[in-house]
Amino acid sequence: MSSEKMKLTLRVWKQKDGASKGRFENYVLEDANPHMSFLEMLDHLNEKLMKEKKEPIEFDHDCREGICGSCNLMINGIAHGPQQKTAACQLHMRHFKDGDLITIEPWRATAFPIIKDLVVNRYALDRIMAAGGYVSVGTNSAPDANAIPIKKRDADLAMDFATCIGCGACVAACPNASASLFTGAKIAQFSLLPQGGPERKRRVVNMVDQMEKEGFGDCSNYAECEAVCPVGISIDAIARMRREYMGAMKG
Amino acid sequence: MPSLLHALQTTIGRKILTGITGIFLTLFLVVHLAGNFSLFSSNPEAFNAYTEFLHSLGTLLYLVEIILVIVFLLHAYIGISIWLRKRKARPENYSVYKTSGEPSRQTIASRTMAITGVVILVFTIVHLFTFKWGPGIAEGYVTYIDGQEVRDLKRLVNDIFQNEFYVIGYTAVMILIGFHLRHGIWSSMQSLGAMSPKLSPVIYTIGGLIALALAVGFLFVPIWIYITGGV
Repeated sequence: MSSEKMKLTLRVWKQKDGASKGRFENYVLEDANPHMSFLEMLDHLNEKLMKEKKEPIEFDHDCREGICGSCNLMINGIAHGPQQKTAACQLHMRHFKDGDLITIEPWRATAFPIIKDLVVNRYALDRIMAAGGYVSVGTNSAPDANAIPIKKRDADLAMDFATCIGCGACVAACPNASASLFTGAKIAQFSLLPQGGPERKRRVVNMVDQMEKEGFGDCSNYAECEAVCPVGISIDAIARMRREYMGAMKG
Repeated sequence: MPSLLHALQTTIGRKILTGITGIFLTLFLVVHLAGNFSLFSSNPEAFNAYTEFLHSLGTLLYLVEIILVIVFLLHAYIGISIWLRKRKARPENYSVYKTSGEPSRQTIASRTMAITGVVILVFTIVHLFTFKWGPGIAEGYVTYIDGQEVRDLKRLVNDIFQNEFYVIGYTAVMILIGFHLRHGIWSSMQSLGAMSPKLSPVIYTIGGLIALALAVGFLFVPIWIYITGGV
């Protein structure tokens, strides 16, 4: 329907590679549609650019259903855009108006070097996980369900923390570029479950050290991370990480 | 298990130290304010008697003062280092940046902690020169309590706050302290891990009320003295 056409001006960060200097480039998209997802809108723009033999905009994406954590766009100054508890791939153009100017930037942090345009390298989060975000258990046949009794409340809470998709929005939105919510969620999740017990103290110490080594900033309790988290993880995770650390100090 | 020295240098340790020192400094403000209000006591010499009592403590007072200085400087040092670290963690800022809104606690108060902190640091030095190391018995600020000659700090307070520049300056700094505490009190609790999703909004509100009470309490004295001409 022609009445549903949206004209958008997109101000997009373009950067050839990590070593190059980036800049903003303006693109006018005459026929966006409110039913498009944000990424479909970018696909649509890229198709046009390719038809015109111009270089498309590079952006990260995979599942497009809000569970993989690949999409990482700073949209009008907010990580994942204006709709809370929504990853950029699940954000729809109906949240914007015809004639809008939309600024799209990559996550900005020393620990997330830019690969190209809007794509950043988030291996730093993987290295934090490798430092302790695992449990050492036998992985042969699946154990019987409910063989280990876990309180319903703890199981639910652990599940809430486990919903972290590792997208890095918490880092991107944090005024200090801290990875405390990501790291806190992983630590809180294991701290609530008996399977996390054997490595409990080592885990928090090593993951916090790794976070430091990667060059993330300090947490100043702005709680901006919670507000932009696409799965709504609470800064309670950060408080729990601090309690875990204090617990590890007790020896 | 990491050594205590290592732990204190991690991001967790820095926040715990900031929180503990912050709580200590807030408690100091409460005691300080209580002392200020002795200016309004029905006993006209209550304030001078209180300052005289503090000085009579001798070594104990020095000990408390040394602890206060260490705590204050440690708090300032960590705060500034956190601010410097942030510049390293994100050297290139966003061209457009906005808060996503609730449940974010990103406010003017939280975003200006470094600025308000530095203002408080400078103010504290000026404040000590004005009163602690200001004119005393030798300059004629003398009164007698039970026949004993003591410093008339009350008269100095009354004299200083006849000057509108002091009154305006003090009022402005007290408002900034209010802002610093608005984020600081709540933040210290979160830094010490004393938080849960249910408790968080309650502590945030209480933190705001304590900040407001302290700021208003402190700025009340200079304004009252200026308007009434002295207590």
